[in-house]
Amino acid sequence: MQIYLPIAELSLDVFLLLGLGGVIGFLSGLFGVGGGFLMTPLLIFIGVPPPVAVATQANNVVASSISGVLAHFRRGNVDVKMGTVLLVGGLAGSTAGVSLFQLLSAIGQIDLVINLSYVFVLGTVGVLMTWEGVAAFLRTSRKLPARKLHQHNWAHGLPFKMRFHRSRLYMSALLPLGLGFGVGVLSAIMGVGGGFVLVPAMIYLLGMPTSVVIGTSLFQIIFVAANVTFLQAVQNQTVDVVLALMLLLGGVVGAQYGSRLGSRLPGETLRILLGVLVIGVALRLLYELVSVPADVYSIGVGA
Amino acid sequence: MRALGAITRLRRRLRPVATLMLTAVVLAGVPAERGDGQDLVADLSQHLVAITTGFTGTEVLLFGAVERPADGGSPGEVAVVVRGPSTPVTMRRKSRVAGIWMNTASMTFERVPSFYAVAASAPLSQIATPQVRQRNGIGVDALDISLPPAKASPNVAQEWRDALIRAKQRNGLYTASVRPVVFLGARLFRTEVYFPANVPTGSYQVETYLLRDGQVVSAQTTPLIVSKVGVEATLTRFASEHAAVYGLVAIIVALLAGWGGYALFRKA
Repeated sequence: MQIYLPIAELSLDVFLLLGLGGVIGFLSGLFGVGGGFLMTPLLIFIGVPPPVAVATQANNVVASSISGVLAHFRRGNVDVKMGTVLLVGGLAGSTAGVSLFQLLSAIGQIDLVINLSYVFVLGTVGVLMTWEGVAAFLRTSRKLPARKLHQHNWAHGLPFKMRFHRSRLYMSALLPLGLGFGVGVLSAIMGVGGGFVLVPAMIYLLGMPTSVVIGTSLFQIIFVAANVTFLQAVQNQTVDVVLALMLLLGGVVGAQYGSRLGSRLPGETLRILLGVLVIGVALRLLYELVSVPADVYSIGVGA
Repeated sequence: MRALGAITRLRRRLRPVATLMLTAVVLAGVPAERGDGQDLVADLSQHLVAITTGFTGTEVLLFGAVERPADGGSPGEVAVVVRGPSTPVTMRRKSRVAGIWMNTASMTFERVPSFYAVAASAPLSQIATPQVRQRNGIGVDALDISLPPAKASPNVAQEWRDALIRAKQRNGLYTASVRPVVFLGARLFRTEVYFPANVPTGSYQVETYLLRDGQVVSAQTTPLIVSKVGVEATLTRFASEHAAVYGLVAIIVALLAGWGGYALFRKA
């Protein structure tokens, strides 16, 4: 059964979209990430124009994050103060990102930048995550003592120190602001929530306790993704609500089953699996960049 | 109120079409009285291609009749050309930079038909002279989409033009082959024009040519509207006219869906 998507201006199979939403939702529930980094390339792959895929996926991230953050709020795992500082950076970053997106579309380099960002970010995160997972796996099997909470480094010498009670941190506000800004730009250009970048950065860069990391990152992602959706809708008119709704229906259901399975698997196994998945996506996109294209000519998006 | 407005607008748009249909019927009824001037009559099975929720592409039937010439010879051959609204198109060319393929050159064509299809009762090269095909744009290779000489030398321009046509054919917006026009008996003919799901919206021109000895002896132009209707039209209009409200609604829908999923599964 086909459904016509009014903004993407093409028709796709309803069950393909529901299934896609379901599978990505399942993975995002399993690994505790938004899943945008898988969904956006897949949407482009099935024929959705890249600007529509990125903008619509941002809208989807809003839905999957709110579902997750509510559960974390109930358990008190959200550091609202840290989230707000990240958010201020995130709003500025995503606003700049949407304008950058428009500029890159106009000069015909948006596809390249989307692909390069994916290869670079996913490659780095994937390798780090797999490495961490393997290291943790070896550590538990050898019963070595765990590292201390966080190391002190150059970042702790920066000004504008703030106290974050829930994260048990006393640090410069510039660090979360900058982190939020960077992830905001990525969010606008790649159509991702940025959880897979934010979560490791919060753990290793900010030194936040793991228990509050996911809730806090989801908290700020909701607002950043909402900002991206709004700006893409206003500036580029590329948000397809019909497409978003199809993906949402599948995604909401899939996420619930994913998180159930996720709670039964050990953390290191999950991290290694996710790392391998992320590296796979990065390699696939890298191949697209370096292999000889079928036709070197193409019709430009956003003439 | 909005739906009513849409209907009125649609009616206003279709009024010239209705008049034309009426004319066609009248003409078909009394062809002999019109004399030599009217030896071709053609019309479409529908003058509106409506894009609805379930739209997966559609076929529109074009039918018509030709008049035998006074000397009693062959009625001739028929060619049908369908053109979508013209828009500027920017083409880009990739080349390898440091091992990575990226767009390094671009060229803008000022007026490119967004859709192009051609059907004929015999191979195009047999029914029309190259000049006639060029003048009327009969056949993809005869389409008038060229770069201004100032922009590129003729052979480079030809490469860009071929690439544009290839890209359009990949998208299914330009026909790769000439579809048949079938004669039913000596006078009546018919052909189907296929519009794919990604057909661009706007006002189309359907040109029917009657050709004898390679020359156009009669031609008729019929308008066709391709338009989103119903929910699709409302959404698209809303997204462009009230972009901010549309964005907010999209966010609210997402928030509700996320909360709904959470609430639903917490109880289960």
